[in-house]
Amino acid sequence: MNAVKSLFIPSYFIFAKDSRSELRTRYALNALFMFVVTALSIILFSLGSESISPDVLAGILWVIIFFSSMSGLSRTFVSEEERGTVLTLQLISSPTPVYVGKLFFNFVLTLSLNVVISLLYMLLISNFVVASADIFWTTIFLGSCAIASSSTIIAAIIAKANTKGTLYPVLSFPIMLPMLMTVIKATQLSLEGAFFTEALGEFQILISYTVVIVAVSVILFEFVWKD
Amino acid sequence: MTKYLIGKIGLVVWLTIVIIAGFAMPMVPAPAQWYELPIIPALEEKARIIFFHVPMSWTTLVAFFASMVYGMMYLKTKKLDYDLRSVSAAGLGTMFCILATITGSIWAKFNWGSFWNWDPRETSIFVLLLIYGAYFALRSAIDVEEKRAALSAVYSIIAGVTAPFFIFVMPRIMTGLHPGAKGDEGGSTPVAQLHMPPNMRVVFFASIIGFTILYFWMFNMKVRSARLEAGSQQ
Repeated sequence: MNAVKSLFIPSYFIFAKDSRSELRTRYALNALFMFVVTALSIILFSLGSESISPDVLAGILWVIIFFSSMSGLSRTFVSEEERGTVLTLQLISSPTPVYVGKLFFNFVLTLSLNVVISLLYMLLISNFVVASADIFWTTIFLGSCAIASSSTIIAAIIAKANTKGTLYPVLSFPIMLPMLMTVIKATQLSLEGAFFTEALGEFQILISYTVVIVAVSVILFEFVWKD
Repeated sequence: MTKYLIGKIGLVVWLTIVIIAGFAMPMVPAPAQWYELPIIPALEEKARIIFFHVPMSWTTLVAFFASMVYGMMYLKTKKLDYDLRSVSAAGLGTMFCILATITGSIWAKFNWGSFWNWDPRETSIFVLLLIYGAYFALRSAIDVEEKRAALSAVYSIIAGVTAPFFIFVMPRIMTGLHPGAKGDEGGSTPVAQLHMPPNMRVVFFASIIGFTILYFWMFNMKVRSARLEAGSQQ
């Protein structure tokens, strides 16, 4: 009961605040949607009438997802720095709820973004046929968890640096690479029509990755957040 | 002072012996003398890389680990001296990482046919280079000393906890060319099994010990010069 009071309720309020501010300004949503459309059309133009193997298409899908996450997910912390609301947040809440709230906000943002990207990708690229839908959507879900977990703590770090935009993908890529390799592998399995049990190993890696990163982030967030 | 000098001379002598042994111990089909190494089929003289390349990679990991531990100690104590040690270890780690990458890459050209094959271990060392690059990019983007120390410590810890995914998980999933990878007849293990005759093993471990001591000596010098630099700026 105490944990609910001290962690989940404040986290929910941080999440609600961020969602409301996002729905009012639509800064990330609009920019991200246009980013996805741009990236997809560049790929469509460059593919032309070429038929690409499903393995490559699985890789391209995650390239789009990675870079769209990189262009949108740092927003949660960078906007606090830019609007000068960091001190207020530090006063009204202890660090962990801030982290959990923002993690959850990033997770919802990534998940909806990834679902939109996947649907558009399936519609627009005729070669991309998902044979095992259960593996594919589980991969999207767990991949979103993994991306949200690693990008949130990196966003908190770069919000304090001078060159925020360029530094974000530079810092995130080495951290995300194990997870990216795993989701690409799992997506390839889903295109080949593998059974759900064959992809369990990949899912285990994704879950353990998310758990490890979230646990370390909760411990370390205080050092990043407090000046 | 004399103790330090003796240690330094000892290290130079030790590494000289290791280098001479590594390069000059003859390789014969049927080793009879203590100084003769067996010829390993398909590797022949190229097998000598193990005396230098593996210790370099090992030192890279030691430096990475040291940098992470000093980062943790900084976060715990908030003493900037630990940050100096952390960044010095990371700098040396970068150097050894580049050396390991280059020696491995040249060797791969002659044994596996191309400079780079994206074998799991090659991928991991490449990621380690990226982490070091990102670490220094992050440091140069923050002006306040305390903030820079705290954030880079946090980053190196996060990078450190994802490392096991590379070292243990990735090489097991992908087939690779290094010993100990999936599909290797010696069995896939986190640490490659050593199939070495005893005299080769002695040179190999002597080299690892030598490189590790070399690292600590360089680390010591680097920290002292970093302290002087930090002192002269104030």
